[in-house]
Amino acid sequence: MPLLDRHGAKAEIWTRSEGAAIDNLSHALVDWAALPEALAQKTRDQRIGVVIPNTVRIPELKLLMRQLSLIAISFPSFGDGRGFSLARLIRNHGFTGTLRASGPLIVDQFAYALACGFDEVELPQASAARQPVEQWVNALGQISHGYQRGYGDSGNILDRRRSARLKHAAAG
Amino acid sequence: MYRYDEFDERFVRERVAQFRDQVGRRLNGSLTEDEFKPLRLKNGVYLQLHAYMLRIAVPYGTLSSKQMRQLALIGERYDRGYGHFTTRTNLQFNWPKLRDIPDILDLLADVEMHAIQTSGNCIRNVTADHFAGVAQDEVEDPRPTAELIRQWSSLHPEFDYLPRKFKIAVTGAEHDRAVIKAHDIGLRILRHPDTREIGYEVIVGGGLGRTPMIGKVVREFLPKADLLAYLEAIMRVYNLEGRRDNKYKARVKILVHEIGTEEFSRRVEEEFARLDGPSVNADPAEVARIAAYFAPPAYETLPAISGAFEAARAGNPDFARWVETNLTPHRQPGYAALTISLKPIGAPPGDATSEQMRVVADLADEFSLSEIRVTHAQNLVLPHVKLSDLFAVWQRLGEAELATANAGLITDIIACPGLDYCALATARSIPIAQALAQRFADPVRQKEIGVLNIKISGCINACGHHHVGHIGILGLEKRGIESYQITLGGDATENAAIGEILGPGLAAEDVPDAIERIVSVYLAQRQSGESFIDNVRRIGLAPFKAAFQEVSHAVA
Amino acid sequence: MAAAKRPALPVILLANDLLDGDVVFAAGDTNGLHWSRDPGAALIGDDDATADRLDAFAAAELGNQHVVDAYLVDVAIEDGVPVPRHYRERMKTTGPSIRRDLGKQAELPLAQAFLRA
Repeated sequence: MPLLDRHGAKAEIWTRSEGAAIDNLSHALVDWAALPEALAQKTRDQRIGVVIPNTVRIPELKLLMRQLSLIAISFPSFGDGRGFSLARLIRNHGFTGTLRASGPLIVDQFAYALACGFDEVELPQASAARQPVEQWVNALGQISHGYQRGYGDSGNILDRRRSARLKHAAAG
Repeated sequence: MYRYDEFDERFVRERVAQFRDQVGRRLNGSLTEDEFKPLRLKNGVYLQLHAYMLRIAVPYGTLSSKQMRQLALIGERYDRGYGHFTTRTNLQFNWPKLRDIPDILDLLADVEMHAIQTSGNCIRNVTADHFAGVAQDEVEDPRPTAELIRQWSSLHPEFDYLPRKFKIAVTGAEHDRAVIKAHDIGLRILRHPDTREIGYEVIVGGGLGRTPMIGKVVREFLPKADLLAYLEAIMRVYNLEGRRDNKYKARVKILVHEIGTEEFSRRVEEEFARLDGPSVNADPAEVARIAAYFAPPAYETLPAISGAFEAARAGNPDFARWVETNLTPHRQPGYAALTISLKPIGAPPGDATSEQMRVVADLADEFSLSEIRVTHAQNLVLPHVKLSDLFAVWQRLGEAELATANAGLITDIIACPGLDYCALATARSIPIAQALAQRFADPVRQKEIGVLNIKISGCINACGHHHVGHIGILGLEKRGIESYQITLGGDATENAAIGEILGPGLAAEDVPDAIERIVSVYLAQRQSGESFIDNVRRIGLAPFKAAFQEVSHAVA
Repeated sequence: MAAAKRPALPVILLANDLLDGDVVFAAGDTNGLHWSRDPGAALIGDDDATADRLDAFAAAELGNQHVVDAYLVDVAIEDGVPVPRHYRERMKTTGPSIRRDLGKQAELPLAQAFLRA
């Protein structure tokens, strides 16, 4: 399935495993149900990624995060925004691996996904066919700065106002 | 009032360009209608029965005369020369074309306005007390808080795809004129009983519609500085745990009801405790920057009594009557806040023509420091009028059919657009309002009845707030014709209550008689100047149900 | 998306124009269908074959971004004019009851026929 990040189309390095059959794959992507078994089998140079439904709770995930290189959060529909909060919580709890949003997102959610901590989006074929990669990358530039503090890295309006105030005070 | 800085200005301009691009992607098939719909809703664009509808945000019900003039111009250039003020203090145009809406949004951006998030499953327009800043019973002006929340909630990356719509209201007085207990989040500004510090009482889980509920207090005192972090905690709990399986069970009120107030509160506090306040909250300097825009204007120092005003009142009974109903006492001596009724007898409630909008804008410039308010009762307010100017203002209002002396009375009816316009409606609401206003038009009779809030909704979604009307009317369908259910005893103030159904639905032509019977029960039973709602509370519903049954059997 | 149950015949097809929002009605004949803003011009689907044609037209027109919210509406024929049975759909053929100066009732002579006392 087509994969992209803030720079555009991205090559997929992960292989979807059947159950916990990670064999000696360098990057094995397993379902949530198969994760404990997969982690038990994993060798030192293997990377494990997991696909989770958007109903998973942070307490269930917290202790496993250290062993994961990728967490893919499922979006059953683009209107189901639970993944945004889940991503935020996952980042807040210290996950530094790759966060993937997986589902029929629309272009106009891309900036939100990145701001909430996602690195990449994986789309169903039909979705990707209608929304070429250029539209995704374009969408990122549409709103220069948001109001909310602590989301994304482009510098929010409240902090920019604060910097301007401090600069003004220093100069004056 | 708030003025955009370069950041606010760029934000709304970019939003317009983004919507233009979204329309383009809809037209070329990149976006399906299902995908485009929430995007257009989040720019206030509905598809109604006859046409699109554009809902323009009037943040916390405050407008400048310049903004009002722009609305008048948009109405003329792109619509049919009139607009409708809503129960969430927004302005709706009923006939715009989708092809024109990006241009309309640009015209709005020219005057620091927008239609951002006035619909959709996101945080909606934050409403407040329409007498903010001027009411005598106010602890603190709620509008700086509302403006801060407006900015924080706009295009919030985490909370733009909620289970359902989310409505926030703020009041700064003990008497609640902002219906905060019927909102998803209601905030009441108060002073801590011991420290006297300013903070918020936080109420969650109010809402009308299919399952009306009064909001519950989840935090008795929240320090002012912690506002955004606490809101973030509430929204995160709701976003993760609100139901997504059933559209009619998806509001936060259902979550609060299903897990209980205590458990909901516990989850919010747990998340709130985890957050790092300093990196989430607005810093005090930003809060102060916003608050400065709402500082009291440069009032003149005037005596509390105006000889000219008293003389005009004594000399003109019509003026005296309008003063009695439409004037609200002001904190500043020598001033008053006046209500411009948009409920002339027989007209659609809450509508104003472009000409009328310009009259209001001109009067605001001349007599109200260029400021106008919109109320949730679908009326307008001029908040800073000198007593000595009132007579002149009243005369000018009269020339434009804006001087109806019925604020708060039985003909000051709230009605949603209903089936005449709305694709969601099950019955018409406006003709019911018109018939009732005509039945009770006599000013002497209106005065005798006193304060009586009738609220009419054309469907179960309750945009007319019928659940919290003293008398509520809900338009449904029964066997292929419109049928109206009457409720009694609702209250939209700090004594919030949901009305109870009196009996089976009535045909449209029987509604005025039914209301007459209800009113006559009240007049027969009231004690020493007791208001309608106080009377209902004292004597209970039984006498009214009995009277209603007589009507309902007579027409069956 | 599950197909809604077809309403009782005879039917007409209505929708809203995507760019303008106006209510439009499928009109025409065996040679072809087009959209008309005039309810009086609506093609009457009085058999399954015609109703099928209307359905197919709806699907095509939704797919090529011309209209939104297209659906069949059951009608009664009065003096040759197809009048929607339900009062909500009748409202779409006239305009707001409280502003007779707005909408189709004001703009189109044939729509006057849809006004009920």
